[in-house]
Amino acid sequence: MNLKKTFLPLVNPLSKDNPVIVQVLGICSALAVTAKMEPALVMTISVTAVLALSNVIISLLRNTIPTSIRIIVQLVVVAALVVIVDQVLKAWNYEVSKALSVFIGLIITNCIIMGRLEAFALNNRPWPAFLDGIGNGIGYGVILVIVSFFRELFGSGTLMGYQIFPQSWYEAGYMNNGMMILPPMALILVGCIIWVHRAKNKDLQE
Amino acid sequence: MNRQSNLYTVIYAVVLVVIVGVVLSIVYQALRPQQVENIANDTKRQILAAALMVPSEGQNVSDLYASHITDSYIVNTEGNRIDSDVNAFDVNVSLEVKKPEAERLLPVFVCKTDGGSKYIIPVYGAGLWGPIWGYVAFDSNGDTIYGAYFAHQGETPGLGAEIEKPAFSNQFQGKDIFNESGDFQSVKVVKTGQEPSTGAYVHAISGGTITSQGVQKMLSNSLEPYSAFFKNLNEGKEVEK
Repeated sequence: MNLKKTFLPLVNPLSKDNPVIVQVLGICSALAVTAKMEPALVMTISVTAVLALSNVIISLLRNTIPTSIRIIVQLVVVAALVVIVDQVLKAWNYEVSKALSVFIGLIITNCIIMGRLEAFALNNRPWPAFLDGIGNGIGYGVILVIVSFFRELFGSGTLMGYQIFPQSWYEAGYMNNGMMILPPMALILVGCIIWVHRAKNKDLQE
Repeated sequence: MNRQSNLYTVIYAVVLVVIVGVVLSIVYQALRPQQVENIANDTKRQILAAALMVPSEGQNVSDLYASHITDSYIVNTEGNRIDSDVNAFDVNVSLEVKKPEAERLLPVFVCKTDGGSKYIIPVYGAGLWGPIWGYVAFDSNGDTIYGAYFAHQGETPGLGAEIEKPAFSNQFQGKDIFNESGDFQSVKVVKTGQEPSTGAYVHAISGGTITSQGVQKMLSNSLEPYSAFFKNLNEGKEVEK
């Protein structure tokens, strides 16, 4: 097995097989947590951690899981990991945990996770499954970060909470775009990203 | 063992759930103290924000709280201090506002500032989508608002959610909640350009009408039971034990 093939599960989801803009999974949380960059980053880390660990656990168990309760076993593992992430956030970063509120709990329903478990972890060894989890988590995160960058910059004039546009601009009549803060704008931005991405990758065009 | 048999499936499920249960309870127990502290610190930060005190970069909220909040107690609707098993800090205001006025536990936090003692009162009510709450600090005349802090659970960003911004809460500074004849009137929240017939008022948030009305209702509902306490303060009476 050559090096390129080993790391295929890690690299592929970043662009050609991106979970958000190509597989169109995990859209709901991409809309909900991208008004500011910090929650988007924490969400990325949380999803990546849950995805990589659940992929590894399911991959280790793949030869023991009874087929009839396959989905339930996956759900139990994912739910346990999500609860742990939620508890850790509440203890270590209470402010961000407050900002993300229910969305951490809703990682359970993030289609990326069940999708990767079904499609990859059940049929692959732990190491590739781990790489696949990390790759898809980062692929998801890249889109979240791009969307939240534009939404925070034009919606609040800040990045990571730091003021970017100087006060003098506001005095000269510049105003933050309130539409950027609202969820529909995230959908429009994701649409724009998909447009640019497809324009660059002709083979993805249907 | 046959992986498709019912027995195998049942045993597998039971073992899995037990393992997960044990892991989760260990995690919960290990992180609990830190979480409780975070929640308490968040409440302290909100109480201090009402008295216009914000911890500077790197400053510990509980240190600032301990050095400024000199006293906290519970009063009843007659304005007398009551002995209660619960600490003022631990009173759940969201439950108290649902009780009849006479039975409510009314917490008061006394804050030392450069301009004398301020009395901080918790308020709780409903916005458009969920609960809204806050803390209001009063001067020692028991009438004039020194500062206010509001928070919400899920009001619309850019509209109702603006109540947590200083641009809204700072409007309350200097407003009197009693009229000249000493009757409780609270503070009205009215649309820009309008004026109520009597009493102090602030401007509502455009586009956040229901949330703004929620603030007005929250203030009158939560502050009125304190009327007797405020009158005692105004007359300079010590709060009776």
